[in-house]
Amino acid sequence: MKEIINITVIDREDVKHELEAPTDMAMNVMEACKAYELPVQGTCGGMALCASCHCYVLTDHELPEPSESEEDMLDQAFFVEDNSRLGCQLRITEELDGLVVKLAEESE
Amino acid sequence: MTTILIGLQFSKEIYFCIMIQTDIIIVGAGPVGLFTVFEAGLLKLRCHLIDTLPQVGGQLTEIYPKKPIYDIPGFPSVLAGDLVDNLVEQIAPFKPTYTLGERVEVIDKVGEKMYEVTTSRGTKVQAPVIAIAGGLGCFEPRKPPLQNLAKYEDHGVDYIIKDPEKFRGKKVVVAGGGDSALDWSIILADIASEVSLVHRRSSFRGALDSVDKVMELSKQGQINLVTEAQVTGLGGENELDTVEIKSKDGSVTSVNADYFVPLFGLAPKLGPIADWGLEIYKNAVVVNTFDYSTNVPGIYAIGDINSYPGKLKLILCGFHEGTLMVQSAFKYIYPDQKLSFKYTTVAGVNAF
Repeated sequence: MKEIINITVIDREDVKHELEAPTDMAMNVMEACKAYELPVQGTCGGMALCASCHCYVLTDHELPEPSESEEDMLDQAFFVEDNSRLGCQLRITEELDGLVVKLAEESE
Repeated sequence: MTTILIGLQFSKEIYFCIMIQTDIIIVGAGPVGLFTVFEAGLLKLRCHLIDTLPQVGGQLTEIYPKKPIYDIPGFPSVLAGDLVDNLVEQIAPFKPTYTLGERVEVIDKVGEKMYEVTTSRGTKVQAPVIAIAGGLGCFEPRKPPLQNLAKYEDHGVDYIIKDPEKFRGKKVVVAGGGDSALDWSIILADIASEVSLVHRRSSFRGALDSVDKVMELSKQGQINLVTEAQVTGLGGENELDTVEIKSKDGSVTSVNADYFVPLFGLAPKLGPIADWGLEIYKNAVVVNTFDYSTNVPGIYAIGDINSYPGKLKLILCGFHEGTLMVQSAFKYIYPDQKLSFKYTTVAGVNAF
């Protein structure tokens, strides 16, 4: 079992960041971004209540379907596309190895 | 607390300005602001709470009233809404007063150890001490990222519907997919001459009754339902007259509209707190952990709004911060008085 996975985060200036994230700490993509001091606010602390970790999934990883509360929040967010997800709802698991996400534009 | 009514006569009408005086003005009526009333009350200090939201509880009531919290000491699990109800009951003996639905805009120094705060609706409160317990800031409507949105604010763009009558006989475009977008579309269907509801997906997450009603009104032609689409532009000389809607397939349509009402929920913003001369670091107020004082004498910051090395944004940490803060506030207000610390178990809770 792989304990550290690699994910790529493309920031809003199109700069690529390679992140190493542990799978055994119940972390999510938002928290991994914050640990690397990427410009992700995570205002609500991961409750799918603020959309400040809104990102686009650029790889075809099989991700768990968004929950009702995630969909709810995406309904209130802007610049939403078909591949939009909330980073805080993407758990760091082995399956996410090689994931590439792009941070969505921050709304005012 | 003293309330002074000042009658001002302008022409033939008399306006009453309410001036409230208290010991501690608490900006923010979330859990930390509420509990601080209790700790202040034990020191016989009175509190007045002001919050921009129309109800107490802050995030707990506004965002997650039905969610359980597991790290309140003594409560293995408590619903956020229940915690707020309990706090209100706990502080009741100390008769806190409230100004709700008003945002603190300005803080003025009006005397030696005396501040006056003025709210968005002109309420004035005076006290020697201010405790900022503003959490994430002020909850404000989320604004869609449209280029010329600001130009049409108060000229056709409304984020909050106060009086639906305003829309009588008008053409209105509502955007959003939540309960408020659904509910207002239903209400406006009877009042406005035309209602369009624009939503990015084909399904709605609102209450089932509301969704059914909107679908029915759409079938009857009373609501122009535009799904899998987003509002992408606004037009009009000075007043809004058109709303541009782009659908998922890329086609763009222009709809005549007198009003555009984007309903995308509320998001917290630091707001006027940033203008009060306080040291700010990453959207939070820098404090001294000795007593949670800010760089301005007599102004403290407690709970999620403050920042210090090792800060954790937890309700239980905010309770501790408020407790230490009122000790310091007492000494600041009454430098010559001795404070003797008493356990509530020994001294009881002596109501005002």
